[in-house]
This record gives sequence, C-alpha cells and structure tokens, in this order.
Amino acid sequence: MNYNWNWAIFWDLSPDGAHTYWQTIAAGAAWTLATALSAWIIALAIGSLVGVLRTAPLKWGARVAAAYVELFRNIPLLVQMFLWYFVLPELLPAAWGTWLKQLPNASFWTAVISLGLYTSARVAEQVRAGIQSIPRGQSVAALALGLTLPQTYGYVLLPMAYRIILPPLTSEFLNIIKNSAVALTIGLLELTARARAMQEFSFQVFEAFTAATAVYIVINIVVVTLMRFIERRVAVPGYLGSVKAAPVQ
Amino acid sequence: MAGFDFDVIQRSLPYLFLEGMRFTLTLTALAALGGIAFGTLLALVRLAAVQPFALLAAGYVNLMRAVPLVLVIFWFYFLVPYMGQWITGAERPIAVGAFWSSLITFTLFEAAYFSEIMRAGIQSIPRAQVQASYALGMTYLQTIASIVLPQALRNMLPVLLTQTIILFQDTSLVYVLSITDFLGAASKVARRDGRLVEMYLFAAFVYFLISLAASQLVRRLQRRVAIVK
Repeated sequence: MNYNWNWAIFWDLSPDGAHTYWQTIAAGAAWTLATALSAWIIALAIGSLVGVLRTAPLKWGARVAAAYVELFRNIPLLVQMFLWYFVLPELLPAAWGTWLKQLPNASFWTAVISLGLYTSARVAEQVRAGIQSIPRGQSVAALALGLTLPQTYGYVLLPMAYRIILPPLTSEFLNIIKNSAVALTIGLLELTARARAMQEFSFQVFEAFTAATAVYIVINIVVVTLMRFIERRVAVPGYLGSVKAAPVQ
Repeated sequence: MAGFDFDVIQRSLPYLFLEGMRFTLTLTALAALGGIAFGTLLALVRLAAVQPFALLAAGYVNLMRAVPLVLVIFWFYFLVPYMGQWITGAERPIAVGAFWSSLITFTLFEAAYFSEIMRAGIQSIPRAQVQASYALGMTYLQTIASIVLPQALRNMLPVLLTQTIILFQDTSLVYVLSITDFLGAASKVARRDGRLVEMYLFAAFVYFLISLAASQLVRRLQRRVAIVK
C-alpha cells in the first residue's frame, strides 16, 4: 500500500490559522455530543408522550400517535433534515422564513429538531413496548385503588416501563450520536464533517478518519459503561434483579 | 412561496425513477443479499467458538455498529481503491465506480447488523436438534446447511426484511458522495431548477409510500409466520 502515513499531521495548523487539526477534531466531537444530547431531550420527551398515547384508552390519541410514528419512521433521516432545513423556511410566511434562515447556528438547531423528532418515533415504540410488557393487573389495580389515569401512568406504569426498556433506550441513544453525523449534509461541523474537512485540506485521509472512528468508539464505550451502571442502580430487587447486560449497539 | 409546481416533478419523473430509483433499488437488493450472506457467515464464525476467529468476527461487528454510516461511507470510498490494488497487485490504487464503491460499503456495513439478527435466529434453534443431527452422522456443514440455517432464516425473515427497509432508507446517504440515487437525482433537479420545496417533498412522499407499504407487507408476513409456529 503506497500511502504516506503522517500521524504528526494532527499537530499541524488547520486552515483556520488558529487551531491545530486535533483541536478541530475535538471541537467536532463537542458539536456531535451537543447535538446528540439536545436532540435526545426532545426524543425522550415527545417519544414518551407518543408512546403513552399509543397505550392509553383514548381511541383518537392512539391513532394520532400511530400516524406520528409511521410518518417519522418511514422517511429517511437525511430527507427529513432537508425538509426542515430547505423546505420549511419556504413554506412559512416570508418574514418567518427569513428569520429562520438568518438564525445563528441554523444548521445546529435544524439538526437537533429533526434528529430529535426522528428518534422520538423510535423511542415511542420502545415506551409502548415497555408499558405493554407490564402485567395488565398492575394498571387495573392502580385504577381500582382510585388513582386517576395520569397517576397510574406516573406512579405505576412509567417507572417500571423505563426500567424495562433501558437496554433498548441505550441503543437508541447510541444511534442518535451516530445519526448526528447526517447533519454534515446541512453544514453542521460535527465530528465526521471535521474529519472530512481535515482529509480535504491535508490529504491525510486515513489519519483523519481513524481519529474520528476512535472518538466514536470511545464515546460508545463510555455511554455503554455508564448505562450499565445506571441499569444496576435502578434495577427493582426481585423483579428485574437479574438484569442482563445491555445489547451493545 | 410562488405556487407549487407539479410540472417540474412530472418533467423529471423519468430521470428520478429510471436513473435514481433504479440505482437505489439495485443497491438495496444487492447489498441486502450480500449483507445477509456475509452476516450469516459472521454469525456462524462468532458462534463456532474457534477463539481467534470468533473474537475477530465479534470485533468487526461491534466496530461497524459503533461508527456512523456516513463515516463508513467516507472510509470505504477512499479505502476500496487501495483494497483493489492490494487484491489485484496493481501498481496504483484502482478507480472503483460509484456503484461498486457504495455496494461494497453497504454490504460490509449492513452485514454487521444482519449478523446480529442471524445470531439471534441461530441461537433460537434448540440445541437438541444440532445434537440429533450429529448423532445421525451429519457433518457440521450439513447440520448448518440443512438443519440450522433454513429454520433460522425462516424465523428471522420478518426482522431481516425490516432491516432491509432500514437499508433502503439508509442508501439515501450516498448523497454525501454526490451519487445519483433517488434522493441524489431529486436534489440535482431541485438545485438546477431552483425547486427545492417540490422536489424534496416529493422525495419524502415516495420514500414514505415505499417504506410504509413494505413494512405493512412485512407485518402481514410476520402474522403468517407466527401462525405456523
């Protein structure tokens, strides 16, 4: 393989004239994490709401929630990002559209919203599965004790459901970190975009991509370790006592 | 917004479908077949418990699943020419076309996901069946080919097809290499004619219809498989 390896490239100055290449990669990792974490808040909040709606005894609610999940699950993430970034400002009244386009960090906010909504559909399915895996007797008993429906969800169903779906939620969280790389198509300078830029300017293709890959792997390991710890901490004795290791994804 | 222009969609339909969608569907089908084949191999190696190889297969699967697809696409775009050079012993890195580069990428990437599905499928077969087939004098390969895999494939068919729908959506990411897949074609027309709203909404609509129809079919199939069990 006649490729000139040059690992020292990371200490060279990047074209912005102020930072070395490894500093730009680190900044990219920070953007990746910021995007993923902000989007995760949206995904978890809306996903929980939609998941609850799908199981609640409200016919219209279940239908709306099912339609929501199908809509966001069946369009590729990249296309959804384009819709939010290129199409939405055109469909809004002119003044709003201009405001949106001129927003500082527009690609970051667009990425957060589209990634959050895209992932919320998947989270909703997990939440639904978690709630449905709880024996029916528990919700019936809660209602019989005089708890209202919101109380039943808040005190009985959801605390158990979240514990049950912690492993798949971990996978979904890892997915949101990986999927944030798609945001490079709308100009967000996250980790993969920085590696790509480094490759274009320095011609050190494989060093740049190796660095990005290594960072993703480290993030992955940290998240998995942290979630295993949380899983052990929140396990309900006797019920989920033998929590098996989360499937790593 | 100056009126929704259906005409631009109609004019570009042949280009969108005959060129773009054909690329997308061909890539999806071939990458799914290749991915399932290689993924099954990975799963078998991983379960065969021949230590170094099992570890290697597990490492490969975990590595692929830890990295974003976009990054993997970039990796292989630059790596495949060198792999070609290494395999053929040529003097210079070999120029590989857009189609082959993305086919290799998606096959190797999705194989990691397919291998996890096949691993679950293989592990769901009762051990007694394997022991029985050994007792009958069948070899390892015979056992795998005529006892384990037919059942594992059948049990996992709905999951494999669902993963293929995800693969179909994922192929839109070849956009980052400026390849003319369905989204790439829509994007090119959108930019040429300044009709981003129409083209991207139409692309979303088409992806939605195909994925929804496919997932409904899988659901129906799943029910049928479930009854058999």
